[in-house]
Amino acid sequence: MTTIVIATFAGLMARLYMLRRDYRQYPSYPQGWAIHLFIGFIGALLGAILVPSLIEAEFAAVSFLLMAASQFREVRNIERSSLEKLEQNELVMRGTAYIEGIARVFEARNYLAIWTAFITAVVSESAAQLDWWAQIAAALAAGAFAAWLLNHLMRGPSIGDIADVKMTDISFDGPILVVGGVSMMNVGLPAARERYMKQAVAAEIIPRDVDAKATLANIGQMQAIAHDAVAMVGVYMDVGEQEYTPLVRRDPKSGKLVMVMIPSEDNQEAFLEAVSNVPVLETAIRKPLRSVAGRMMDGRD
Amino acid sequence: MNITPTNQILAVITTSREKVGGSAPIFYVNDESELEQVAIYLARIFMAAVHDLGGGVYIIVKH
Repeated sequence: MTTIVIATFAGLMARLYMLRRDYRQYPSYPQGWAIHLFIGFIGALLGAILVPSLIEAEFAAVSFLLMAASQFREVRNIERSSLEKLEQNELVMRGTAYIEGIARVFEARNYLAIWTAFITAVVSESAAQLDWWAQIAAALAAGAFAAWLLNHLMRGPSIGDIADVKMTDISFDGPILVVGGVSMMNVGLPAARERYMKQAVAAEIIPRDVDAKATLANIGQMQAIAHDAVAMVGVYMDVGEQEYTPLVRRDPKSGKLVMVMIPSEDNQEAFLEAVSNVPVLETAIRKPLRSVAGRMMDGRD
Repeated sequence: MNITPTNQILAVITTSREKVGGSAPIFYVNDESELEQVAIYLARIFMAAVHDLGGGVYIIVKH
């Protein structure tokens, strides 16, 4: 009994700890928290019960638990469909790749809660001969370590880890907006051009290697950069003002990305920080350097 | 569910009649300032962007 209670508690705390960290990724309102904490609680309970039932050789119980665990796949579908519905309310869309990434993270975190509860339960059961307080202390320590380790392993890189981000210049070639040498779009209205020259900020995202270049070439990743930069620094635009939509474009020659937007306040440092902190989407990551052809292109073989 | 045509020319605004033609609505204006004014109005109505093709021809395109 001690094992089940302590392991469930550890799993639930692990879920709470992971929920705290994704404030920016997904605005969790109290309701969102309640939903995910409850699902996390079910997961933690499953992980906790798994160990005693294995010890008792209750394999029927174990197979029921595995069946229940398959319900967690639903979490991804729920997150995906709710984010997709909310997508049309975003000034700057997240893009399907980003939504998929968020949905996966939410599914994966429940499994992490299950693992944490499972590890805690194993430690608690193996420390059952010790005195009661020692058992609890050992189990909780194992649970905290497991939660920290799993969370640490799950943390993906951000744009700043794979590329150098720096400010770049904005100019106009007739009506064409040119940022860092890349033509972005045709801005027709002189008033809009003037606003770009006065208020816009622009960044170059220069990939550090061939892998980063291939990763940044993903359209979903480009959209995610635009969305997250806007989410962090705010954007000067209203519904339907398409001239001021933040743009991310790729320079085909060098593979660098350029981004331009009109922030609600002109703070270049904050803008660069925001772009550097955009997560690299799991689905965008490519590793051409792991192939022979990729290394040949890079001149390494 | 709203359905709006995207990446199509929704309207053409021009100062020179001989340069344009075709199936999109065409607005003829007298000078540059009127050109700009009509372009802004149409862009706000369609919630679309204004593009300058040069030679006094603007188009409205929704992206």
